[in-house]
Amino acid sequence: MINVEGLTFQYRSAPIFENFNWRVQNCDSWSILGPSGCGKSTLLALLAGLRFPSFGMVAINNERLTRPRPQTGLILQDYGLLPWATVRQNVKLGLDMRAFYGADGIHAPLSPSPLTSADSWLQRLGLEPVADKYPAQISGGQRQRTAIARTLALQPDLLLMDEPFSSLDAPTRETLQVLTRDLAAEQDLTLILVTHSIEEALLLGRKILLLAEPPNRVADIIENPDSGTPGQREKPEYFALYRKLRERMEKDAEKV
Amino acid sequence: MSIRRRDLLLASFIILALWQVAAMLIDRPILPTPWAVLVVFWRDVKNGELIGHFLISLWRVVAGTVLAILTAAPAGLALGQSKRASRIFSPIIYLLYPIPKVVFVPIILLFFGIGDTAKIVIIFLILFFQILVLVRDQAATLRLELIQSVRSLGAGRRALFRYVYLPASLPAILTALRQSVGTAVAVLYIAELFATTRGLGYYIYFEGSTLLDYPAMYAGVVAMSLLGLGLYFSVDRLERWLCPWQYAN
Repeated sequence: MINVEGLTFQYRSAPIFENFNWRVQNCDSWSILGPSGCGKSTLLALLAGLRFPSFGMVAINNERLTRPRPQTGLILQDYGLLPWATVRQNVKLGLDMRAFYGADGIHAPLSPSPLTSADSWLQRLGLEPVADKYPAQISGGQRQRTAIARTLALQPDLLLMDEPFSSLDAPTRETLQVLTRDLAAEQDLTLILVTHSIEEALLLGRKILLLAEPPNRVADIIENPDSGTPGQREKPEYFALYRKLRERMEKDAEKV
Repeated sequence: MSIRRRDLLLASFIILALWQVAAMLIDRPILPTPWAVLVVFWRDVKNGELIGHFLISLWRVVAGTVLAILTAAPAGLALGQSKRASRIFSPIIYLLYPIPKVVFVPIILLFFGIGDTAKIVIIFLILFFQILVLVRDQAATLRLELIQSVRSLGAGRRALFRYVYLPASLPAILTALRQSVGTAVAVLYIAELFATTRGLGYYIYFEGSTLLDYPAMYAGVVAMSLLGLGLYFSVDRLERWLCPWQYAN
């Protein structure tokens, strides 16, 4: 469970969050939606243990975050692949890292679950034909698949994604959105996805955290129980929610 | 860019042909024919004299190079990753970088005296700035997102160095070496003119100016050229071996 308590974070003296509280249950899927500069990526970096609050705390499973947690996976828009490593080597990177440090409880979990093989993830994500190619030689979709395989090979319990599909073309984006949803369900992952696309937020988040122009003080949560169900996009509830989110975002943009 | 073997052979043939024609036209001992030089070259290789001088020069270049890599690469990485450090040190680098290092030869000889140290320090100085600047620029292009992604996989400082910084700086180090290896050999010649009785620079000078054995002097020049070429190809090979992603597609 993620517990954000009394979080205050400022960036160059401009507060992004002020006494902000938010809770996430295990195995839930959340979308964080909001306009550019509202603090979406900052919140994700705080959850990833890459940034730290000025006041308050972020705790995962009752442990206060003081550094990146080995059971948290992070996937970014620009894939974060090593250009000098092949797809196979990139997928193996996290596993290599764990072998490098051993089960020290800091860089790798103390009691690691049996490690999956990189090859099985290459196969699962259809990357075998490009396994020996470098990132520069493959498509954007394949790069993001590589990043997903690399992260899931470490069997995380929490997956954080920062606009992972925004630079992909529409068909590739939709395929990867569905794949992410299926994998999250299959692996019992808690999923938190940052996006500026209302469609994506509705497809992947059973709950939506709507952030506004900073400072954010109250967690504005919108329930989306139909997320990912068959025929979701044909239902009137989908359109109603879509309109509601759009109006809220437009109103917020006007305020600015 | 690497040189193709066929082009190299063609270039060697053209140089040898021009040399032969020039030797025939001038027809003086000061410019012997390539064949006369080759005979002496082979004689001095067989009796071990040229090999000995060659190995001494090679050792000086390699020692200076290794020293430069070990100091300049970490410094370049640090400067590339820290804007603050870069702001402080960049003016110093740009003041020192353009000075032709050959002007330091007499000063370094005064400080380090006879022996290998002075020669190694000169090679080190030439390569140090080149590697420093190229590695710094390369490290500055490493995006924060990449570092964050790798950190999220569990990487601490040591793993970041092993999996990110080291492979990221390799191409810059090798480019710097390829750019400077010629200059390094040229300046080594100057350095070996003073306070030594070993090395190809000494051999060339001694054979030419003292013994007036011109074919032997040219044999030394050929050996020096082979030293530079060998180093260049070694760097090229290393790059293909260590940085295969540079050659993909």
